Amino acid sequence: MDGQLKRGLLDVCVLAAIKNGESYGYQIIKDMKPYMVLSESTLYTVLKRLESADMLTVRTAEHGGRLRKYYRITEMGLQRIRDFREEWAQILAIYQFVISRGDENDQK
Amino acid sequence: MTKNEFLEELKKRFQDLPPEEREERIAFYGEMIDDRMEEGLSEAEAVAAVAPMDEREEPEDAEPLTAAKHGRTWKPWQLLCLILGSPIWLSLLIATAAVIFSLIVSVWAIFVALIGTCVGSTVSGIAYAVSGYGLPGTAMIAAGLICGGLSIFTLYGCKAVTKGTWFLSRKLFTGKGNG
Repeated sequence: MDGQLKRGLLDVCVLAAIKNGESYGYQIIKDMKPYMVLSESTLYTVLKRLESADMLTVRTAEHGGRLRKYYRITEMGLQRIRDFREEWAQILAIYQFVISRGDENDQK
Repeated sequence: MTKNEFLEELKKRFQDLPPEEREERIAFYGEMIDDRMEEGLSEAEAVAAVAPMDEREEPEDAEPLTAAKHGRTWKPWQLLCLILGSPIWLSLLIATAAVIFSLIVSVWAIFVALIGTCVGSTVSGIAYAVSGYGLPGTAMIAAGLICGGLSIFTLYGCKAVTKGTWFLSRKLFTGKGNG
């Protein structure tokens, strides 16, 4: 998959995972597991990228005698999801067009 | 492999990263292991679930973050603006640095003055007392000790002001407040 497209999808998926309430790293991985396998290093990078873009905020809280980071979506993050939904409709239309032309084997 | 052994390996693996980012990454992995152990996995199982970094590491995701943090590419028009605007921003920068420096020097000057007064007053007080002027000598020693006490409080204030100024300056110029 194209790197940029993959990054965009990962960003939106992580935002979607925290859309309905704050969450933490391992919970995000578990929530996304049915749809994609996300490594810790990738999740870390995505979370940092989203934090830098002000799409999520991070707070550290005590949990069971240790510290855990919790991630909460911001208005910019919610806007990113809305934008994605609009963009995806356009991408699907393009996809339909590409599919409607058939693949190169069909012409042989 | 234990959690500590794994985190030590991570430290070596991330040794080229800036200390702040390295510690943050290691804490992130540590949290992931702890969460798995909390769910009932043994330490070894939790580490194994996180451990296969070699296969799962995705440098294409890691690169932009590091590049964005440590380098900046200037476009030609930005460079031109930077050069043309230098008489304004450079003088403002020097003025700001001078204000910050004078603030720190002023605060520390109070501390030094109090210490000087403490020493001077106490020594003079002792000299007065020895010379037969008991009452003024005692008063001077008392004043010296008060100054000494105040200087201890001022030391904490000076350290706080220096630290706070450094923190704000870093935040202002680099966008990073800690470290």
